[in-house]
Amino acid sequence: MVEINFNHRKPTDVIALRRVDELKSVNIDIKNSQITIGAGLPYQQMEHGEIALHLPALAQAARTVGSPQIRSAGSIGGNLGTCSPAGDALPVLSALNATVNLQSADSSRAISIHDFMVGVKRNARMPGEIIVSTTLPIVSGWQGYSKVGVRNAMVISVASCCLVVDRINGTIAVALGAVGPTIIRCRETESWLAAQVDLKAKTTVSPNLLQEFGDRIATESKPIDDHRSTAAYRRHAVAVLARRMLTRANAQ
Amino acid sequence: MNSNSEIYSLTVNGKTHEVRDSWVGESLLYVLRERLDLPGTKGACEQGECGSCTVIMDGQAVCSCLVMAATAIDSEIRTVESLSVGDSLTEVQDAFVTEGGVQCGFCTPGLVVAIEHLLSQNPDPSEIEIKEAISGNICRCTGYGRIFEAVDKAVSVRKAKSS
Repeated sequence: MVEINFNHRKPTDVIALRRVDELKSVNIDIKNSQITIGAGLPYQQMEHGEIALHLPALAQAARTVGSPQIRSAGSIGGNLGTCSPAGDALPVLSALNATVNLQSADSSRAISIHDFMVGVKRNARMPGEIIVSTTLPIVSGWQGYSKVGVRNAMVISVASCCLVVDRINGTIAVALGAVGPTIIRCRETESWLAAQVDLKAKTTVSPNLLQEFGDRIATESKPIDDHRSTAAYRRHAVAVLARRMLTRANAQ
Repeated sequence: MNSNSEIYSLTVNGKTHEVRDSWVGESLLYVLRERLDLPGTKGACEQGECGSCTVIMDGQAVCSCLVMAATAIDSEIRTVESLSVGDSLTEVQDAFVTEGGVQCGFCTPGLVVAIEHLLSQNPDPSEIEIKEAISGNICRCTGYGRIFEAVDKAVSVRKAKSS
């Protein structure tokens, strides 16, 4: 709508999906440990309640989106469709290895979030396909989302980070937003840390290890200088965010 | 190429309005102001950042600049014009006047709608809840101090009236 307001786009035909209730559905499947969230469900509905209980990182990301007015309209489908590296839900989807469910007139397919996001504001959706929903696993362990912006409210992130510790499998996932052409998963750091400490238990991470963890995260980021911030600051910021969340994960 | 939409109806402040000669890409903000003669809702940033176009749509505060008007055909829309009856102001509107919560006034309709919406759901909000509720309404004149004072005043007046 912003693009239309600024005359960047002049649609002649519009198909409104706002009243398709299925796009706002939530299916909490405890048996298979997964939640499917309709692409049009407003972020406001994820801030509290059952989604927040099972997917606290998504709830935290939802609370940082825009303002109450934006959160009563904006949805994961919008973040996926735009595919900006600064989209708040996207690091969460990446860290949780979410699946994106697409539908066209005659077929449907499920695609990994890692294959869906292909570049700056580019995704693997084909013409004729709509984003129906996303499926996220319920992970036993700790998860969080943090972002840095120039102020608290109504701000696009300068750098963001989602960290998920899976205590059953002893793994960690770290995804970074706004520090690369698309969301970055820090897979080298993830496997490095899993080899250093037992992630199945709450462990005290030594200051040296915590320092190196942040340094490695910063190395895996690929930020640029732009009107919102500098590459150097963003590199610093993701290291701080990742260290803070790893500390929180082990405190709780 | 004819990109005009068909005639459609919007329900605004309890009344059905026909929208004619409209282009399908028009925002709800534009249609309210330019086609339905309801200029109380203000437009500034046109990208959802400033909140001056806040209206209530199906019970939710939204930026009307981000709603495609033609998609709102079966929604209940309430604008700032629906608040006062005749010349009598609501407690929130009155408090903005008496506490000096208005300077240039451009953000005021959006702020009033957002605060009315907050108080309809939470009649006794905490300071942080008030800040959160108007975090999407940007005022560049008052520095917000008097706006917060106006909310406090409106809350206490409403409480006194209901007790």
